[in-house]
Amino acid sequence: MDGYVQRVLTATPSRLAVPLPADIISTVEFNHTGELLATGDKGGRVVIFQREPESKNAPHSQGEYDVYSTFQSHEPEFDYLKSLEIEEKINKIKWLPQQNAAHSLLSTNDKTIKLWKITERDKRPEGYNLKDEEGKLKDLSTVTSLQVPVLKPMDLMVEVSPRRIFANGHTYHINSISVNSDCETYMSADDLRINLWHLAITDRSFNIVDIKPANMEDLTEVITASEFHPHHCNLFVYSSSKGSLRLCDMRAAALCDKHSKLFEEPEDPSNRSFFSEIISSVSDVKFSHSGRYMLTRDYLTVKVWDLNMEARPIETYQVHDYLRSKLCSLYENDCIFDKFECAWNGSDSVIMTGAYNNFFRMFDRNTKRDVTLEASRESSKPRAVLKPRRVCVGGKRRRDDISVDSLDFTKKILHTAWHPAENIIAIAATNNLYIFQDKVNSDMH
Amino acid sequence: MLSKGLKRKREEEEEKEPLAVDAWWLDPGHAAVAQAPQAVASSSLFDLSVLKLHHSLQQSEPDLRHLVLVVNTLRRIQASMAPAAALPPVPSPPAAPSVADNLLASSDAALSASMASLLEDLSHIEGLSQAPQPLADEGPPGRSIGGAAPSLGALDLLGPATGCLLDDGLEGLFEDIDTSMYDNELWAPASEGLKPGPEDGPGKEEAPELDEAELDYLMDVLVGTQALERPPGPGR
Repeated sequence: MDGYVQRVLTATPSRLAVPLPADIISTVEFNHTGELLATGDKGGRVVIFQREPESKNAPHSQGEYDVYSTFQSHEPEFDYLKSLEIEEKINKIKWLPQQNAAHSLLSTNDKTIKLWKITERDKRPEGYNLKDEEGKLKDLSTVTSLQVPVLKPMDLMVEVSPRRIFANGHTYHINSISVNSDCETYMSADDLRINLWHLAITDRSFNIVDIKPANMEDLTEVITASEFHPHHCNLFVYSSSKGSLRLCDMRAAALCDKHSKLFEEPEDPSNRSFFSEIISSVSDVKFSHSGRYMLTRDYLTVKVWDLNMEARPIETYQVHDYLRSKLCSLYENDCIFDKFECAWNGSDSVIMTGAYNNFFRMFDRNTKRDVTLEASRESSKPRAVLKPRRVCVGGKRRRDDISVDSLDFTKKILHTAWHPAENIIAIAATNNLYIFQDKVNSDMH
Repeated sequence: MLSKGLKRKREEEEEKEPLAVDAWWLDPGHAAVAQAPQAVASSSLFDLSVLKLHHSLQQSEPDLRHLVLVVNTLRRIQASMAPAAALPPVPSPPAAPSVADNLLASSDAALSASMASLLEDLSHIEGLSQAPQPLADEGPPGRSIGGAAPSLGALDLLGPATGCLLDDGLEGLFEDIDTSMYDNELWAPASEGLKPGPEDGPGKEEAPELDEAELDYLMDVLVGTQALERPPGPGR
């Protein structure tokens, strides 16, 4: 957790002071080995980075990430029935576990999920009988003998193709997708429903959760995030705008409207305000790698829940408690509705989440230490060690402290990802992707 | 009470009102921007929430989470503002707000109308457009299509200022609402014409925390006529 080295990647570098909206990164996800890192943006593009193998010749480039492939995943669409434009922004990307030489990922916008296959081609056949080198048909009179085409090496080419398109499954906006540990099914969740799909079948899905009330006027709660358990293929969790988590067992019933477990923390009466519900709304939920715990993010805190204890979280960490007295202003400018993500490290000992002013926070569950770091070009040069930041709330102010009133609320770190095995993190700050690596310990302890 | 000519002028003037409304609560003098005491909400927090709701509904496809959170917050604020004023829900369909003398009332009722119809539309269209039906969807096919009565919940929500919207004008506005809370010596019966007082107003009994300036504004808006004749008050 100490001494992170910085490297900044911008897939579409822009010299503009204000980034183009289409370039804003909207999701970040490592694959299961950490070799590949995918980002999606508001313009519907996916950029995949690959980690270069560490080479003895260049010890400084400790396996850095470079662009591997870029493709347009989703285009803007028009729903003619509702006369609405469907945004092409990529909401989530999830990698499938690798089963052969190809890599596969699911990417989704508000309405449609797509399965993409990424393959490498480094050889090409040469010596066709009927075609010449440019592919034009040969004059048959010139062909005097038959030859067997041979495979010759070529420059590596990465090919991406859409293998499945899962459309028309959702009326409301998709907020999460999660691949099941059975590697055959996945689920997609919108504001009111969760559907279960088979990866090979696109023309139907099973509805497994439906919280839509009979009368829409009775609507008081929506689904905000959902995820399959990493090991138990029958279990999944979904979070709500009221701050509750529901763990569901698909073996219990076809329609999992009745939860197996309901995780909810009672409201703290001393902290009650008109904004209590808004700040309790869970913006992200992640199972730990072990499957024993869940991590949730609400507006001011991250919480660790034990699957065996529904009454309250076992740990609560304050992300930016100094905002508690500013909720009215944050409600006014809509910042209170921002949805931050959270992440576990590979050993489930450290958790991370983003904040404002391009700050992100890490909490060590064992030592109870926490740190605030900043993702910005100005604050440090590439390969420089990151300096911890501090927000001061009045009282004694140290030299490099930032005061609460000078925080930039337009610079928000909503999307973060942690390498599954090593201490490498990816932080999306508007249109820039920052990769930080622990220079002291590359591996987990 | 209001001559036709005056009424028409009032309607024109109203189109300009929303811009003024947007601005007045942002005035640095107002409590909205400062930290309002949380025990009881100021009416400016209420108005802020109503505006947010309005803005959310104006989106081509509103963010349901945002909408639901704002509505729930608005309910909390309303509950704290008027705990004693338990008005029965007005059981009238919100007709097209053709006459909107009370700006707040009209915007609230329009909101509730548009929210109800929007949410209804969502469920109506969903029934039509979902091509491959989810297999395990056991819901009755007609369940979500059409038919949902216009929102009572949202009307409930919007408090004493909403009235049923009739084409008759100001008189009709108060016809079937319990107007006892508005009764004070400054509120003359409709036939005599309404005269606003500087310090009393409809909000007097249920929200004593309202500023004088805010009361003035409310008075002006509710009375209508006087707003046409008087120059803008200090609250703007």
